[in-house]
Amino acid sequence: MTAAPTWTITSVRDALLAKKTSAHELVKDFYDQIERRNPELNAFLALCPERAYAQAGRVDAAITKGQPLPPLAGVPVAVKDVISAQGVRTTCGSKILENYTPPYDATAIERLEKAGAVVLGKTNCDEFAMGSSNENSAYGPVRNPVALDRVPGGSSGGSAAAVAAGLAVVALGTDTGGSIRQPGAYCGIPALMPTYGRVSRYGLIAFASSLDRIGPFATNISDTATVISVTAGYDSNDSTSAAVAVPDYLAEIEKPVLGLRIGVPEDYFGAGLDPEVKTKVQAGISLLEKLGCKRVPLKMPHTDYAIATYYIVATAEASSNLARYDGVRYGLRVQGNTLMEMYRKTRERGFGPEVKRRIMLGTYALSSGYYDAYYLRAQKVRSLIARDFASAFEKVDAIVTPTTPTAAFKLGEKTADPLQMYLADIYTVTGSLAGVPGISVPCGKTATGLPIGMQIFGSHFDEARILQLARAFEKAGGFSI
Amino acid sequence: MKISREDVLGVAQLAHLELAPEEVETYRAQLDEILAYIGKLQELDVASVEPMTQMLPRTAGGATPAGAEPELRDDVLLPCNVGEAVLAEAPDAARPFFRVPKVIER
Repeated sequence: MTAAPTWTITSVRDALLAKKTSAHELVKDFYDQIERRNPELNAFLALCPERAYAQAGRVDAAITKGQPLPPLAGVPVAVKDVISAQGVRTTCGSKILENYTPPYDATAIERLEKAGAVVLGKTNCDEFAMGSSNENSAYGPVRNPVALDRVPGGSSGGSAAAVAAGLAVVALGTDTGGSIRQPGAYCGIPALMPTYGRVSRYGLIAFASSLDRIGPFATNISDTATVISVTAGYDSNDSTSAAVAVPDYLAEIEKPVLGLRIGVPEDYFGAGLDPEVKTKVQAGISLLEKLGCKRVPLKMPHTDYAIATYYIVATAEASSNLARYDGVRYGLRVQGNTLMEMYRKTRERGFGPEVKRRIMLGTYALSSGYYDAYYLRAQKVRSLIARDFASAFEKVDAIVTPTTPTAAFKLGEKTADPLQMYLADIYTVTGSLAGVPGISVPCGKTATGLPIGMQIFGSHFDEARILQLARAFEKAGGFSI
Repeated sequence: MKISREDVLGVAQLAHLELAPEEVETYRAQLDEILAYIGKLQELDVASVEPMTQMLPRTAGGATPAGAEPELRDDVLLPCNVGEAVLAEAPDAARPFFRVPKVIER
């Protein structure tokens, strides 16, 4: 049904150095593919050929002159439409930013391009990254390239689908409660949420500031490591980015995993977990044991409270962050006779139902009389969830769980019931609340051929450890277990 | 039922959202279901727990990794010069201002 991805960062580099193709030709091939496949998948919202060909031209010129090539030279990448790119329409999947063009580049994009990457365009997502199926985009849902009647996951559904369908070699997504890892699992590709503060968010349009992170989708672990190497590190434009040293991930991932302790929390394998997913993830854990990892049973007793905590914290922050869309400075304006009327009409017309629902929930949780019962209590439970992780990492090097309770569901299956949709993130939101890094790696398929994801959490700033485990798992055939 | 029609209308007003009449009951029922689920947070005893107010990683022992403390840059002025580009995005600019409906009545 789908053309499998054929290019990797390494194969692009080899082909360019061997002059088997040029960066220009490669961009053209990718745009041809996008033109063919995008009407069906709806993964891209905007393309930026002028910018892409200009960058490809610079890469080709460097090759002609025999200059050393940076790590992503000529690699076609896609970027989720919540990350600002100067001069490229950036909508956040929302009507309220339908005609918005950012006046500057996000640091993550700047770093990708400095490393030679070619940005092809912006990918579809749930409106303001709020959703688990990509069905909340104002520009229509994305289809899962593995099974067209299924959702690709969300909110970074377009980025996941683009990479899984071979329409980009790698892509950037964002993860607030699972929005990188869950679509990675549903589309059958590795997907990394780095530690909070690891990648600069300058130029990322905010949803929930204590949770939002930028991270990569790729088809293999080496490519994942390359993208995180390029994008990680302190940025003076983002005071929440951390000045923690960035290791050489490409060297780290090849280290042997013998003796690493992997924690398996029983709380992630209880009621609600699909039996097929459970079987495959348990087989994945057995494979890691065969590779010499030591399995450590864990209890993380506050796991069951994570979704409730998340939907207070995230919506409270969203209600505050999204107050800026008022029709004054950018985006949609619907005229009114008074300033208030203009605000209200603009926001009524510009926001979709899920965004309104979350703004109202967050406003309610923060409002006078309810603050202590909801927001303050949620922040306390968040401490307990973070403590579960901190105690676990005193005993283990990584934690292994399913990424999602089920494989990709059908389009339309959960749209009528917001709470059921929220529960698709039950295993991912925990790490989001705690601030730790997590990766989803492919872990076989269901009997009907739908991808299953296995999640590996690491301790803060220890992306190297989870990438190392993911790489050993990949090498041992775990992706198709 | 935790949330009433009036709650929905009150919250919508606080959030500057205008709701169509038929939306009010939909949101009421949905917010009610979500808040009922969130009610499970009341099961926990959090009397002696500090709220998590910042994202700095801490081990159970309270240590933070080197470099994870917030970095402050030097307090110096840097040229910005994005005024024109920003105003170009405005729905109604009267340079160098954003124009809005009259706020102060005479």
